[in-house]
Amino acid sequence: MARRPPDREVVPAVQRLRIRYAKRGPLRFSSHRDFQRALERALRRARVPMAYSAGFSPHPKVSYANAAPTGAASEAEYVEIAVVRRCDPDALRAELDAALPPGLDVVDVVEARTSDLVGQLQASRWRIEVPGVDADRLEQAWAAVWAAEALPVQRLMKQGPRTLDLRPALVGGVVADAGALGAALEVTVRNVTPTVRPDELVVALREVGGLPPGDPARATRLAQGPLAEDGTVGDPLAPDRAAAARPLASSS
Amino acid sequence: MRATDSVFDQLEAVLPLVSKPVQYIGGELNAARKDWDGARVRWALMYPDAYEVGLPNQGVQILTEVLNEADGVLAQRSYAVWPDLERLMRERGIPAFTVDGHRPLGAFDLLGISFSTELGYTNMLTSLDLAGIPLLAAERTDAHPLVVMGGHAAFNPEPVADFVDVVVLGDGEEAVLGISAVVDAFKAEHPGFGTSAGDDLRRALLERLAGTGAVYVPAFYDVEYLPDGRIGRVLPNTSAAPWRVAKHTLMDLDAWPYPKRPLVPLAETVHERMSVEIFRGCTRGCRFCQAGMITRPVRERSTATLGEMIEQGLRQTGFEEVGMLSLSSADHSEIAELAKGLADRYEGEQVALSLPSTRVDAFNIDLANELSRNGRRSGLTFAPEGGSERMRQVINKMVTEEDLIRTVTAAYGAGWRQVKLYFMCGLPTETDEDVLQIADLARNVIRAGREAAGTRDIRCTVSIGGFVPKPHTPFQWAAQLDHETTDARLHALRDAIRGDREVGRAIGFRYHDGRPGIVEGLLSRGDRRVGRIILEAWRDGARFDGWSEHFSFERWMAAGERALADEPVDIAWYTTREREQNEVLPWDHLDSGLDRDWLWQDWQDALAGGEVEDCRWTPCFDCGVCDHLGTQIQVGPTEAVLLPLPPVPSRVEAP
Repeated sequence: MARRPPDREVVPAVQRLRIRYAKRGPLRFSSHRDFQRALERALRRARVPMAYSAGFSPHPKVSYANAAPTGAASEAEYVEIAVVRRCDPDALRAELDAALPPGLDVVDVVEARTSDLVGQLQASRWRIEVPGVDADRLEQAWAAVWAAEALPVQRLMKQGPRTLDLRPALVGGVVADAGALGAALEVTVRNVTPTVRPDELVVALREVGGLPPGDPARATRLAQGPLAEDGTVGDPLAPDRAAAARPLASSS
Repeated sequence: MRATDSVFDQLEAVLPLVSKPVQYIGGELNAARKDWDGARVRWALMYPDAYEVGLPNQGVQILTEVLNEADGVLAQRSYAVWPDLERLMRERGIPAFTVDGHRPLGAFDLLGISFSTELGYTNMLTSLDLAGIPLLAAERTDAHPLVVMGGHAAFNPEPVADFVDVVVLGDGEEAVLGISAVVDAFKAEHPGFGTSAGDDLRRALLERLAGTGAVYVPAFYDVEYLPDGRIGRVLPNTSAAPWRVAKHTLMDLDAWPYPKRPLVPLAETVHERMSVEIFRGCTRGCRFCQAGMITRPVRERSTATLGEMIEQGLRQTGFEEVGMLSLSSADHSEIAELAKGLADRYEGEQVALSLPSTRVDAFNIDLANELSRNGRRSGLTFAPEGGSERMRQVINKMVTEEDLIRTVTAAYGAGWRQVKLYFMCGLPTETDEDVLQIADLARNVIRAGREAAGTRDIRCTVSIGGFVPKPHTPFQWAAQLDHETTDARLHALRDAIRGDREVGRAIGFRYHDGRPGIVEGLLSRGDRRVGRIILEAWRDGARFDGWSEHFSFERWMAAGERALADEPVDIAWYTTREREQNEVLPWDHLDSGLDRDWLWQDWQDALAGGEVEDCRWTPCFDCGVCDHLGTQIQVGPTEAVLLPLPPVPSRVEAP
């Protein structure tokens, strides 16, 4: 007689909501797992009527997509949640933002009307501030990286060290002066698997572009979304917003 | 002039280079932010272990809150930094800091350090050193913080007497406010204090603190040794210091419902839950248990207060689990009512309740079922501690094998599949046979469990570690078992369990080898000469001694040989030697309230196999605490009922 999961009623989800949040300042040192715990606790504090999975250990239904690595800041992270009673997106944005620690900030909430959020997250635009170099120096390094046919970097995976080529993921970049912080590269990268990490791009700038070693660079993801033909990164929530503007009956 | 500005900018530049940087950024939910310039007395409160262990510590959370609520007083938290960050901090001259404001530890008036275990001593030295505070109290000046020691290890602070300025014994809530008031008044009288390089004012402040009788200032006591190495006597060297210093006892826990705002860390920690202390103290009388001896008498929080603390805590944290802490949580006079009331209140809310420390009896199975009604079910843990009936009599843990079998049968019958059993090895008078009986016990548990559950698919885990005799317990005179014999007994037990074809695969066996216990024993019952060993070991790289990957037994033994080269004593003298009744123990001038003659008699009773009842439900047996310290048992029942909570309207749901 094996023990069965308790006979809890599993309440079906009635609505999905997509959340854009930012990871700012010191909070950029939080890992994705840190964020998951913080979000789940914040959802409870904000009394969001979450849908739960069935089984011995019910978990709130949250879908995470493509999180920025530990140490990188972001203005454009996305998750989707499922709730058992309908919620007002604007109220949810305000309450959830208040329930999260400052630095994990909820920027936008829209009701999901389309099926594939992850499919919308095709590319990322990163700002990478490299301390101790001027814009000309960074420009040269970026030109060398851009001109390279391949940019192999070593990454330690679960299976052991593996060599990845960064080059095919690069869409384009521009260099700007960053004042006291040095110089900054704004670069657009395709969200391929495995994801290209900004610190690996810095490795390429040092090794291929000849930048001198120095303090760690500071990276911020500025945008994440569909990649247009001209190389710009669009708003991944635009289809949901457009669908929400139409009458409810037309949504699925 | 002291440097007081935040060092976060310097720290931020190196955080990308260290593991788990999030542990150093602070900003936990519910952490207080009190204005630096507006405070007259500033405390840094440190837990001398990694953030993941230190953050959940209730003592530090409680005292931080109590101090920050006080007018003109500020407290910020600090934890030990891992060696990767320590190295970078040394390279770049970044001082030890608080996580709340990233202020250097040297900027504070007081640095309070809470020692749950003696294995944090070396981490204290790292922090002092990184902070630029002289390691030796005697070398500090008016410009350095007072280093204040608290926690259970403070009941024998002698091994760190050279490194700390002030020691607080017992409950900290009122004590830290008392110290703050003295420092506040002293600073008002001496406006320049804290900036000069001399130490006259520092000494005057320490004398004033000692003069209250509320704290122990080790520098004001001299220790004289006999030619054979034993202590001759300990006596004050100034009229400001009392002959003996007594522990603090907080009466009426309902008046101190802290933490009111439990911290919610971003980083993962060892306890992912909120904790509420349901009572303090224990009078079960387990003779090995220092916590039970030094925290008497039992003082319960009432059902009404606990209901309120848990509701407020859950609302403010979003935690999914509430740990109801105490030394023996099922002993709360209204635990059944509390468990049912809470399970009813949080029906359907995915809130799990847990009792980390429970007795072995069938009542606890009903309780465990009730507690897990709304949340997850983990394993059940029981601590028979001794493997044989005789051994359990020696330690006064009055559990029979029948009790245990009945309890686990009920647990397996109620659907639990995993039971953990905790034991100790190396208890006084123990033989190989006593330890091997743990294998028999585990075998009987599995057999009875398979029958009760109707399946072979059940498990039992035996967890065992070496016993370390502690000050202020009846075993303070006992010889600690040498680590070779401890390990031999543990290996024999392991082989007996693994070699059992019938049940061996259903029994997990976890053990801790005996060597760290010898260092813990040295630090627990050591005197001031042991301070030199700590310093030697730290200089040789000792850090995080509670972590097996950092601990080095050889380093400690080598440090002991160097530090004690000119003494008539060695490490074995401190650890594996039995003491006589009339020997002056290093902590005899520190008063836990326990009557020394009663402790000795209890030690003799242990050797004779005599038992002591619990004074909550039998007459007082004169341990001395209540009489001597003017305290009394505070237990319910209050017969208060936890009413259902009114529904809170949602602010996020669509109208």
